[in-house]
Amino acid sequence: MRYLAHTPARRKEILETIGVSSVDDLFKDVAVSVLNPSIEGLPDHQNEWSVEQHFRKLAGQNRSASDGPFFIGGGIYRHHIPAAVDHLVQRGEFLTSYTPYQPEISQGTLQYLFEFQTQVAELTGMDIANASLYDGATSMVEAILMAQRITGRKKSIISGGVHPHYAETAQTYAEFGGFSLECLSPHTTDFKLTPDTACVVIQYPNFFGEINDFRELAKICHNNGSLLVVVVTEIMSLGLLEAPGKLGADIVVGEGQSLGNGMNFGGPTLGLFACGEKHIRQMPGRIVGETVDKEGKRGWVLTLSTREQHIRREKATSNICTNSGLCVLGFTIHLSLLGAVGLERVAKLNHAQAVKLRDELLKIPGIKVITKNFFNELTVELPVAAEPFVESLAKDGILAGIPLSRLYPGQFSNQLLLTATELTSDEDIADLCSAIQSYLS
Amino acid sequence: MSHSQDIAHSKDYVFSTETTPQTFTGNQGLFMEEPLIFEQDTPGLTGVDWPDVEVQDIYLAGLRRQSIDLPGLSEPQVVRHYTRLSQKNYSIDAGLYPLGSCTMKHNPRLNEKVARMFSDIHPLQPISTIQGALAVIHQLSNWLMALTGMRAVAMTPAAGAHGELCGLMAIKAALKARGEGHRSLVLVPESAHGTNPATAAACGFSVQSIPANDRGRVDVAALKKALNPDVAAIMLTNPNTCGLFETDIIEIAKAVHEAGAFFYCDGANFNAIVGKVRPGDLGIDCMHINLHKTFSTPHGGGGPGAGPVVLSKDLAPFTPLPYVVMTDKGFDLKEQAGNNDLSIGRLKGFHGQMGMFTRALSYMMSHGKDGLKQVAEDAVLNANYVLACLKNDLTASFEGPCMHEALFDDSFLKGTEVTTLDFAKAMIDEGFHPMTMYFPLVVSGALLIEPTECESKETLDQFIGTLKYLATQAKQGNKKLFHEAPRCTPRKRMDETKAARQPILKWTRKL
Repeated sequence: MRYLAHTPARRKEILETIGVSSVDDLFKDVAVSVLNPSIEGLPDHQNEWSVEQHFRKLAGQNRSASDGPFFIGGGIYRHHIPAAVDHLVQRGEFLTSYTPYQPEISQGTLQYLFEFQTQVAELTGMDIANASLYDGATSMVEAILMAQRITGRKKSIISGGVHPHYAETAQTYAEFGGFSLECLSPHTTDFKLTPDTACVVIQYPNFFGEINDFRELAKICHNNGSLLVVVVTEIMSLGLLEAPGKLGADIVVGEGQSLGNGMNFGGPTLGLFACGEKHIRQMPGRIVGETVDKEGKRGWVLTLSTREQHIRREKATSNICTNSGLCVLGFTIHLSLLGAVGLERVAKLNHAQAVKLRDELLKIPGIKVITKNFFNELTVELPVAAEPFVESLAKDGILAGIPLSRLYPGQFSNQLLLTATELTSDEDIADLCSAIQSYLS
Repeated sequence: MSHSQDIAHSKDYVFSTETTPQTFTGNQGLFMEEPLIFEQDTPGLTGVDWPDVEVQDIYLAGLRRQSIDLPGLSEPQVVRHYTRLSQKNYSIDAGLYPLGSCTMKHNPRLNEKVARMFSDIHPLQPISTIQGALAVIHQLSNWLMALTGMRAVAMTPAAGAHGELCGLMAIKAALKARGEGHRSLVLVPESAHGTNPATAAACGFSVQSIPANDRGRVDVAALKKALNPDVAAIMLTNPNTCGLFETDIIEIAKAVHEAGAFFYCDGANFNAIVGKVRPGDLGIDCMHINLHKTFSTPHGGGGPGAGPVVLSKDLAPFTPLPYVVMTDKGFDLKEQAGNNDLSIGRLKGFHGQMGMFTRALSYMMSHGKDGLKQVAEDAVLNANYVLACLKNDLTASFEGPCMHEALFDDSFLKGTEVTTLDFAKAMIDEGFHPMTMYFPLVVSGALLIEPTECESKETLDQFIGTLKYLATQAKQGNKKLFHEAPRCTPRKRMDETKAARQPILKWTRKL
C-alpha cells in the first residue's frame, strides 16, 4: 500500500520493542465482540491509475461549464483563474500545513491571511475583516448572531432579495439556536423594524441581480439601534460598485469564491466577514494580527483568541474552529495578480457582457428583462416555463441559467436568472438567443 | 557517528548564545525577508491581461465605485511573493507534524488531481448534467456508512464543528418529534474538544461537565449520576482526547439510551479505529467524520475541511437538505423539504464540500477496506512505539496501550524552569513541528503526540532520539536551549500579548 511506511518485518520489530505479540494486543481496550468486524461491500486497495480512471469516468458524466455557452451564477460564479493561482495553492508548504498555531514556523500562512484581511477590508469598505469562515451562507448566520450579541436583541429581518440558500440556512440556525427570524418574501422591501430588531440583512446586488441603494435603509436601522448586515455573493462586483461600508453597512459578509476558486460544484468556498473596529471582540472566526518577535522584527500571529471555542468553550462567540485557508489563498493570490487595475477591468468586462446579454435578449419578442440595475446578473421573464426550457437547452449544449422555481418551488415558473462574466463571449450570447428563438417558435 | 549522536553524547555541549547573523538585506540564505504585498505596489501594474472596456453608469444605480486601493504587481512579482511566503511554513511534506487530535497525515497528490476533474461544474446545473458529481457523493456516503455501521449520513457539514452542530440539531429535532423537547442538557467530558461545549451552547443547550477517572476515561459512575430526564445527549470523543479507547463505551451507550438521551460521538479520532471498529456497533447515534483528518484531505493552513455526520436509524429522518437520492432514472438531489419531511433543513449554501468529497473517496479507494484497517493498525502501532520509547524520559499520563496518540504531561519538567511551551519551541530548532500542547486540559502541561501511520521507523527514531535529548538537556539545567528557542527560524518568539493588546489587523498606508 503506497501511502504506508512499514513492511511486515518492520511491524514485527516495532511490536517487539513495544513488548506485545500482535497488533490486536494494542486494541485490548476494545470489546472483542466489536473488534475487526467484517465490512461488507467495499473493495480492497487499488493502484493510482485504477482510481484515476474511476474518477475520469465519473467526471465524464458531468457537463462542464467550459463545454459550451454557460450562463449560470446565483451565488457561485465562473470566472477566469490565472494559472499561477492553482500552481501556488498546490505548493506543499501551503497545502499540507496546519492552522498556524506555531507562529515562528507559520509566517507564510499568517502573512497571507493578514494580507487577505487587508484586501477584504478594502473591498468591503470596512475597518477590519477576519481570516474567513466556511462560506457565504454561514458567514451571514454568524453576522446575525453577532448583531444579537452587540444589540442584546433576539430578532432579525432578512430581505427577500437575499439568496434563498442563505435565508434557509439562517432559518435552520434560528429554529435550533432559539432566535427569531423574519424572512420577507422576494421583491418586498417592507422592513418593519421594532425595538427588538437586532439587524436587517440585505444582499447587494441582490439574488435577482438588482442593485438597490440602501443608504436610507441604513439610516432607518441606525435610528432604531439596529445593525445593517450586507451580504455580497458576487465579490467581483465590488470592483465596479461602491463599497457597502461606504453606504452605511455595519457588517459585510459574503462569498469569496469568485476570486481564485473554481465553482467546484459549490464547495469548498470561503465566507467573507468584515465589520467596524468597535465590534472586533464580538467578531467570530480566526483573526491574524501584527506584532514583533523578541528581536523586534515584524511578524504575525493568531490573535484575540479569547473569543474562540478552544479557550472559551461554551461561552465562545462561535463554535467555529476551521476557516477556509486554501480557498483564502486562492482568493488573495488572484486579487494580488489583478491589483486595482485588473480588478476594475475584469469587473467592467463582466458588466459590459451583462449589458450585451440584456440588449440581445430584449430583441427577442416575448422576453422581458425584470432587473433594472445590475452588475452581471439578470432576471428574465420567458413566455414559457423556465425549467423545461433550461432542460431542453442543456440537451443542445447550452447551460442557460437557473430556473427560479428550482429555488422557489411553485413560484416564478417562467423566470430565469442569467449571468454573464468575462468568460461569456459575444458568440455565447448569440448562441443563447438563437436557441431561445428556436425553442419559442 | 551522526551529527545528532555526536551532540547527544557530548557532555560538554555548550549552547551558543550567538544571535542571528546580520546581513545587508536582512535575508538569511534561503530565508527571505518578504515585505507585505501592499509594500510592493507599482500603481498601474497588473498581473492579468484584461481589455479596458468602457462601461456606462446607466445600470449601476448611481453607485459606481470611485477608487480601490489595491497594489499593482506583475505575475512574476506575485509568484515570487507567494513562493517566498511558502518557504516560511512548516508542512507535512517537509517533516513530521505530530499534532495530537489533528491527524496530520500525508496528502496524496492523486487526490488533488481527481478533485480538479470536478472543478468546472456548477451546483445549480440541471440534474441531468451533474450525474457524475452526484455519483461521487453517493459512493462516498456508502463508504462512510459501511465503515461506521450506520444507517444514514448527512453530507453537507463543512467542518467538524459544523458536523457537531448538525448532529445536535438532529438530536433536538428527534427529541421534539417524540414530545421531549424539554430536554435541555448536554453532558460533555472535561477532556472534550472546545468545539463540543461551544456547539451545544450554539444549539441552545446548557452544558454539564463530566469528570474523568484516574485511568483517563469517563467516570461512568459520575456519568450515570448525571443522567436525568433533562439530559438530551452526551458528546463523547472516542478514542478520547487522552488517546485512549473508552473501555466502557458500550455500557455508556446503554445507560444513555435507558435515560432516553442520545449519544453523540466526536469522530475526530476515527483514524485509530477505521476498519477495526464500527461506531454503530458501540451504540452511538451520530458521529461526525473529519475528512481532513482520517481521509487525508489537505489541512491547507486551517481549512477548508468537511464534516459529514453518520446517523443511526432513529436520527436518519432528520438528515439536513440537500441530499442525493437514487431513482430509476439516475441520481437526483432532494433540495426542498416535502410536507411530512422531518429534515432539520439547510446548513450551508449549495450541496456540501465537493472538493473534499472527491479527495476523500480517492483516498478510500486507494487504500481499500484492507488498507484502511492497516492505516488504523499502523497509526496505533506508531503511537505506541513513541509511548514505549519515551515513557521513561517524558511522563506518560496514563497506562498504555494508547490508540493513535500518546499523551504525556509536564511532570518530567518539574523544577527545570522549562515549560511545555519552551520544550515545544526547542523541538522547532531540531526540525520538528511540536505536538499539541496544553490539551487535553485534564493533565498538567499536556504534550499530545500523534505520529500517524505515514511515518517510517527511521523518522520516529530520530524524533524519539530528539525528545530524549531535549528531556535530558532540560533535566541537566540547560535552560537557555529552551528559553531562547526557537533560534533557527525566520522569526523568534513572537510577542502575542502585544498583538492582543494593540490589535493591528490590517496594513494601513502610511501618509
